[in-house]
Amino acid sequence: MNVLSATGEALVLIGTFFYFLSTLGLIRMPDVYNRMQTSTKSATLGSLGVLVGTGFWAVGKGYSWAWIVQTLVVATFLLLTNPISAHALIRAAYKRGIPLWSGSVVDKYHEHLKKKEETVEEAPIEGDAE
Amino acid sequence: MEEAGKLSRYLYTVIVLFLVWIPLTASLDTQELEFGFILALTVGALTYPVFTTRGLANLHPKRVAYAIAYIPYFLWAMIVANLDVAYRVLHPARPIRPGIVHCKTILKTNPGKLGLANSITLTPGTITLDVDGDDYFIHWIWVPDEVLQAKSEDEHAEHASEAITRPFEKFLKVIFG
Repeated sequence: MNVLSATGEALVLIGTFFYFLSTLGLIRMPDVYNRMQTSTKSATLGSLGVLVGTGFWAVGKGYSWAWIVQTLVVATFLLLTNPISAHALIRAAYKRGIPLWSGSVVDKYHEHLKKKEETVEEAPIEGDAE
Repeated sequence: MEEAGKLSRYLYTVIVLFLVWIPLTASLDTQELEFGFILALTVGALTYPVFTTRGLANLHPKRVAYAIAYIPYFLWAMIVANLDVAYRVLHPARPIRPGIVHCKTILKTNPGKLGLANSITLTPGTITLDVDGDDYFIHWIWVPDEVLQAKSEDEHAEHASEAITRPFEKFLKVIFG
């Protein structure tokens, strides 16, 4: 057992722990927004840990260096795309009219949309130009 | 912001594509590199109009240095975010006080706004709900007192931006302009 294998195993273990937190968050959180919140973050870091850990582990086991380079590429791709999918999902949920949890304290987005609607009604020409 | 010349944008696209090709094949064999370069030239010719508006100006040394410095900073923020999530999920009382807050940004370019939105989504307790011009609408899992008790809309946006967008803007301002 060398250092690279040990690092890889540790990273995979940490990643799995965050995967577990992500699913636990899906069960424990009260509404869709908080669920996206917990699951996106934990699943992203969990994937990073598992992927990079696999790379280290494979190199430590004597496979080629290409393993770590390619897992890093996949990890970067996930890191750049995961938040966008989360944003698309949460925005679609809001536009569909799914209500916030009853314990939510403030909703500025609703106020903003309302204000925008009013200005469009008052000045329809400006609204069209936008 | 003014657009860079076509050649500069094309060259920048080819460079980025080629830099992606090298780790994808993970080989420095001459044949691989030659074919990758031909592919980068072809794909670059087809896609450069949608890829960049600024061209080679993106490779300014100061921008590259800030982009590299941003990586560990961002990864650290992400680890903190996950420990924060772990605390909220595992705590028996489930300490959440969610709400959608309003932030303002000083960034002007679209790639910068995308980078900021992505950074916000992956850092402690916040997820971007919508971006409309300079306005960010952010779902925050624990809205702090000073934001909640703000008297006016401006004060609210000021406090929220201070906590959410400012730490990243100082980097992204240089990287994306």
